[in-house]
Amino acid sequence: MKSKQNLVLIGMVILLAIIPLIINPNSEYGGADGAAQDQILLEHPDYEPWFTPLFEPASGEIESFFFSMQAAIGAGFIAYYFGRMKGRQDHAKNR
Amino acid sequence: MLLMITVAVNEVHAMHIMEGFLPKAYALFWWVLYMPFLIMGMMKLKKGLGKGHDNKLLIGLVAAFTFCISALKIPSVVGSCSHPTGIGLGAILFGPLMMAFIAAIVLLLQALLLSHGGITTLGANGFSMGVVGPFAAFFAYKLAIKSGLSKRVAIFIAAFSSNFLTYLMTSVQLGTAFSGQEGVMISTLKYLSIFSLTQLPIAILEGFLTVIIFNLLWENKEQIHLVGMEELI
Repeated sequence: MKSKQNLVLIGMVILLAIIPLIINPNSEYGGADGAAQDQILLEHPDYEPWFTPLFEPASGEIESFFFSMQAAIGAGFIAYYFGRMKGRQDHAKNR
Repeated sequence: MLLMITVAVNEVHAMHIMEGFLPKAYALFWWVLYMPFLIMGMMKLKKGLGKGHDNKLLIGLVAAFTFCISALKIPSVVGSCSHPTGIGLGAILFGPLMMAFIAAIVLLLQALLLSHGGITTLGANGFSMGVVGPFAAFFAYKLAIKSGLSKRVAIFIAAFSSNFLTYLMTSVQLGTAFSGQEGVMISTLKYLSIFSLTQLPIAILEGFLTVIIFNLLWENKEQIHLVGMEELI
């Protein structure tokens, strides 16, 4: 029953991410935090960031590579955890 | 020149507050405020890791959850993107302090490797994501349970609140640092208006994701032996 509920929840998560693209297809989809920085520079055009990142990904592709790696490593461990628990559960049931 | 800066900023969609984008005094102030939580969080984590293999694995799970979903920038209704934080799960399971440290690890990696957020602004970002976020989740959960709501609804509310209040805090941080003539309140509201509409659906999404993880935990509850969390599992 719970896994059925999870299917519904996963469906809603996917919908929440897709609906914006359908109802608002012409937007830029920049980051909200980027918009906040624009606001700062708009109101305080003379503000100079006093520190710059030590390392910046060379391109958007490399940046998204790092982000995918981060998500993949996290997802990998989550899958490992639940796979392991499921295995334990099955083992306990079969005994 | 200004146009160039704006374009450059547009390309880098920083997580929370970008490197160098808080005046020195403010950056330092948030670092000082964050420090004690960071240290207490480190001790809490160390203690938690010593409580046996299962506990260690579960700490791994909550860290992996934050690691994974904070990397996902998700489109939102107003035509911009933002991301979940994943902090609520760990805050409900282990209490708010441990997440203060786990948030710092995620923020540090993103600051160093992705130029998202920054070292100078890590105090501020850590305070919003690693202190306000988990404490919001923790107390929202307790409050919801006390008012007689079911565990699932309480978890949803907790994760939602932690995500939303994290960005409320970010707005306050930007509003106080960049207030100008109109005053702190107005400028905070201005930053909040930038974040809140985008953040609302993302916070709901994070609520769902957190309930999904709890459902999975409950499905295997006979196998997850956790000390002191009996009422949760």
